[in-house]
Amino acid sequence: MDDSKAIFLKDATVNAADGDQRAFINKALGGYYTNRDLQKARYRDWERARDAASMAKWSAVNDLANVLEKFVSNFERNGGVVHWARDAEEARVIILKIAEDVKAKAIVKSKCMTTEEIHLNDALEKAGYGVVESDLGEFIQQLRGEAPYHFVFPCMHVKREAISELFTKHLGTAPTDSPEELTMIARRHLRQLYIDADIGITGANFLVAETGQISITENEGNARLTAALPRIHIALSGIEKVVNHLDDLSVLLPMLATAGAGQPMTCYNTLYSGPRKKGECDGPEEFHLVLMDNARTRILADPEQRDSLHCIRCGACLNVCPIFKNIGGLAYGTTYQGPIGSVITPHLRGLKQWNHLSAASSLCGACTDACPVRIDLHHHLLRNRRNASKESPTLFDLAFHHGFTFVIKRPWLFALGGRIFRATLPLLQKLPLPYMGAWMKTRDLPKAPAQSFRDQWKNQNV
Amino acid sequence: MSDARSDIFARIREALKVKAPKPHLKGDGAPGKTSTVAKPWLPDGGETAEDSLTILAEQLAKLKAVLIRVPDHASAAKAVAELSVSKNWKKVAYHGHDLLRPVAAALTCENWEADASFDKQRLEGCDAGITTCESIVAQLGSILVSSTSSGGRALSILPHVHVVIAETSQVVPDLGAALALVKARHGTDMPSMLSFITGPSRTGDIERILVLGAHGPKELFLILVG
Amino acid sequence: MRVSLFVPCFVDQLTPKVGLATAKVLKRLGHDVEFRSAQTCCGQPSFNSGQWDVAREGAIRALSVFRGADVVVGPSGSCVAMMRNFYPELLKGTPHAAEADDLAARTFEFSEFLVKKLGVTDVGAKFAKKVTYHDGCHAMRELRLKEEPRQLLRAVRGLEFIEADEGETCCGFGGLFSAKFPMISTAMAQVKGGALARTGADYVVSSDPSCLLQIGGWLSREGKPILPLHIAEVLANDA
Repeated sequence: MDDSKAIFLKDATVNAADGDQRAFINKALGGYYTNRDLQKARYRDWERARDAASMAKWSAVNDLANVLEKFVSNFERNGGVVHWARDAEEARVIILKIAEDVKAKAIVKSKCMTTEEIHLNDALEKAGYGVVESDLGEFIQQLRGEAPYHFVFPCMHVKREAISELFTKHLGTAPTDSPEELTMIARRHLRQLYIDADIGITGANFLVAETGQISITENEGNARLTAALPRIHIALSGIEKVVNHLDDLSVLLPMLATAGAGQPMTCYNTLYSGPRKKGECDGPEEFHLVLMDNARTRILADPEQRDSLHCIRCGACLNVCPIFKNIGGLAYGTTYQGPIGSVITPHLRGLKQWNHLSAASSLCGACTDACPVRIDLHHHLLRNRRNASKESPTLFDLAFHHGFTFVIKRPWLFALGGRIFRATLPLLQKLPLPYMGAWMKTRDLPKAPAQSFRDQWKNQNV
Repeated sequence: MSDARSDIFARIREALKVKAPKPHLKGDGAPGKTSTVAKPWLPDGGETAEDSLTILAEQLAKLKAVLIRVPDHASAAKAVAELSVSKNWKKVAYHGHDLLRPVAAALTCENWEADASFDKQRLEGCDAGITTCESIVAQLGSILVSSTSSGGRALSILPHVHVVIAETSQVVPDLGAALALVKARHGTDMPSMLSFITGPSRTGDIERILVLGAHGPKELFLILVG
Repeated sequence: MRVSLFVPCFVDQLTPKVGLATAKVLKRLGHDVEFRSAQTCCGQPSFNSGQWDVAREGAIRALSVFRGADVVVGPSGSCVAMMRNFYPELLKGTPHAAEADDLAARTFEFSEFLVKKLGVTDVGAKFAKKVTYHDGCHAMRELRLKEEPRQLLRAVRGLEFIEADEGETCCGFGGLFSAKFPMISTAMAQVKGGALARTGADYVVSSDPSCLLQIGGWLSREGKPILPLHIAEVLANDA
């Protein structure tokens, strides 16, 4: 078994048995469900809004070369510098080079999953730069030395007591059980860091081709500060974030907030077109945008799953996913957790090593219903399973399903097999058989009837 | 250096040789491109100016932003002066704008035209920042500030309190209208930053419990004239 | 109408009473009911396991089994979703595509058939018990059925209907998923089964016998005083 799968199975099993932690996650999400429903009710037709949002992304993704070219020419006209990265390594090299060129001493970052994807912090720290995550959740996770648990709510699994202890240990603050006081500790600690940093690193939620602006969505104001105070602003974005029109944001921004966080809008939705302009009193002197592929074109080349590039990273699919809620975000071992992570990680990191995430789903489809841009998430899990069984079939699966199909193609054999199955069921339940043994550990089976339906039907109708 | 840009574009063009189907739409017709098309399926922003003001007031209340309506600019200045006393502000920064200078003049505490002699360390020490704005979105309770209408990037985010002074004529029904106005007003010469501010800064990162004032302002006041 | 029964393989072998109840209700409403004994399994276990090539063989076989049937009615949202939604996907671009689309249009889940095709909600059933309902995910999200079973249950004489919390939450069955990832599946059963048990109902009813296998199996192991029952069994009860 591959390492990633073995670790997943172990972690998922342990977490699924941790009732307290599961209850904690459920409680944390309770307010989200209430607020999301309240906000969705304000939409005069949520389904039509989903149509518009998905079409806005579809039309950009399916014309990516032209839309991206248009974006870049407008962005460059505004005075920003574009860098291209084929993969994570190139993106890291580009950012390290900028840091070296400007002789950076301190770097402040706002939340950006694309930088998690390329493990940017490790690279910067290894090169001797201090990097501070400014989003509260990311700041806590950075102090914990742990990856984000949820790509929108990074530390939703951490109890306030643990955060208080963490702050006492690292910041020397007095213990408190007040979320407000804990937030203020981080606020006070970070303020001077924004002022002292030479470089601010952000992500981008949307790249607007029509105007050459990048759009950043956040609640805390840390991204605003990160892009306002340091001398250099670097944004890292996947190439799929581009949209055609500025007006597309009139649909996408509210839906991102409602689907992902149950808000009408997130607190700050900011458009940046370039570095400080003539006549402006502040803002960075340089604005660098790193546009990264890192296997996105591999997803693009799969027309069946191309719509997974529509993802606006709202996190709605995680919030409704029973798998996510029961195994927790860390068990995935991926940058992107939950259904969207299970769909795209095999494309980003290899199907053979990551197909188990697609297998670990009851295919309930709650994710697909929740997705504001209509990604066919749970069916893509099926498609990943199909592709994996083609690419690297296991002997057991082949034998099992060929055997099963051999039986079901022969009604007499199916009836005979059924009869033997029913007669021996009490015994079978006690044997450590594959599948049956796993079922019987926690669940009963009904008592097998003496006669099958087909037998009873024949007797009734003859 | 080999050309990453050309490589990426070549990959994109190769990938797009095979077409993907459109998403399964549920509506009665494809919405197509959304520019200037009315969107009667989004949250309502009001048919009339009066409707919009009602919706705006509801939204701001839910967001825990404070709306103060005043008849004229003199009253706005008075309202801000009262706030500065009741909230015990010691230092206030403001955007150098003709409508804001009289407001600053009415203050009894230390005040400073931040964009005239910008200093981020000094700004950090201010209790409140006073700015104008581009427009206000009734539908969502969002206030659109920009690096030109709001004294740069930091003035509306770094001080602990943000006060916006605007006129009722700046209220637009929805986000689409606000974006259309931005394009009409700035064209290809956009302010380097435009930000929709929707309530005071907030976080739910600790146990998903709402806390105001994560990094940006803890309090947001909209003084609406007219 | 001449109705061809589609009896899922595990109903055939483990809960034949569900198939008999389905037939009983349809006959009571005056329809001719046939059972084509060449049918076995729809192939969903292989399809869901990614083994689409062998699943395709099962699908092609099912097309021939139900060839010429006016309507095919099955007491399982999941197995009907396999025929309705996934056969066309599986057979897309093959010579069988048209027939798969045709069968999809003729195949109905039991409650869907009664309410949407026949326009019947009162089938003359009596059942003086407290009942809660579990929406199978395939019925709810692949077939978009939610109100249909509730309309049928509300028309049952004496029946007291109670909605449960976690209304749209999956029970964790997911076919072989329940055995490949038993602890995740069990955690899901706890969430769903717990909510169902808290209603204080006598029975948890569903249109999906596979979900009932999972929920019932967990409830039984935990000793909860609520029993699984297929909607056809409720509707068949007229005494």
